[in-house]
Amino acid sequence: MELSLFPRDMFAELDRLQRQMQQAFELSPSIRGFARGGFPALNVGTTAESAEIYAFAPGLDPASIEVNLERGVLRVAGERKSELPDGDANASLHVNERFVGRFHRVITLSDDLDQNAVQAKYRDGVLHISIKRLVTAQTRRIDIN
Amino acid sequence: MNEKTAVAREPQAPELATLLPPVDVIEDIEGITLYADLPGVTKEKLSLEVEGETLTIEGEMDLRVPEGMEATHAEVSVPRFRRVFTLSKELDTGKLQAALKQGVLKLRIQKAERAKPRRISVQAG
Repeated sequence: MELSLFPRDMFAELDRLQRQMQQAFELSPSIRGFARGGFPALNVGTTAESAEIYAFAPGLDPASIEVNLERGVLRVAGERKSELPDGDANASLHVNERFVGRFHRVITLSDDLDQNAVQAKYRDGVLHISIKRLVTAQTRRIDIN
Repeated sequence: MNEKTAVAREPQAPELATLLPPVDVIEDIEGITLYADLPGVTKEKLSLEVEGETLTIEGEMDLRVPEGMEATHAEVSVPRFRRVFTLSKELDTGKLQAALKQGVLKLRIQKAERAKPRRISVQAG
């Protein structure tokens, strides 16, 4: 692991170190990159009938969220407005960690999903997208006589 | 307003893993405003505690995952948030206003009257 000769910015160094760690753990990242650490964080799960995606994106206007699914690739985009006061000379910002600005995340899901059966709900700052699988793809239980 | 380090935390019986929510802290003449990202946390599952000069924010996510779901990719693997701050003396913890909206907590702490800055006029001698 190479170290920068001039570690001027400790946070940039930590960030780089974190990326290297991720690379070490995830040996074959997807072609769409390491999305981990991006905004919003995503959890993906599957059931026999559907794929369930949870995007942890607090403080959004639900109307500003764009979700689209095309051939198994899901895109979630939107914008989070800053709540920081601008131009107030008497206000000082002590900690600034929350994400602000436009975001765009893309994840690859399986291609057996029904593009016409997508449901998206935004509740408590979590966007929950539920996509039904195509009926032909659903695992059928075979009874054994 | 300082953040407490893990070392300063009191030992608790089996401590559950928690996530550190990102925050913004803004100070103006009247007081301090804190925003914290707590996605998935409902009002009922949010706990704000002030003990002495320590402010503890704790929350639990309520995701209502469908039955039989198998997680295939998880960036959020712990459903709990916790963050502790040390307040300073000039803040009036009796005047605390909190609102939770779409997973964002907005906390307003007023400064005690005596702590508000006064303009001192400089006289030419």
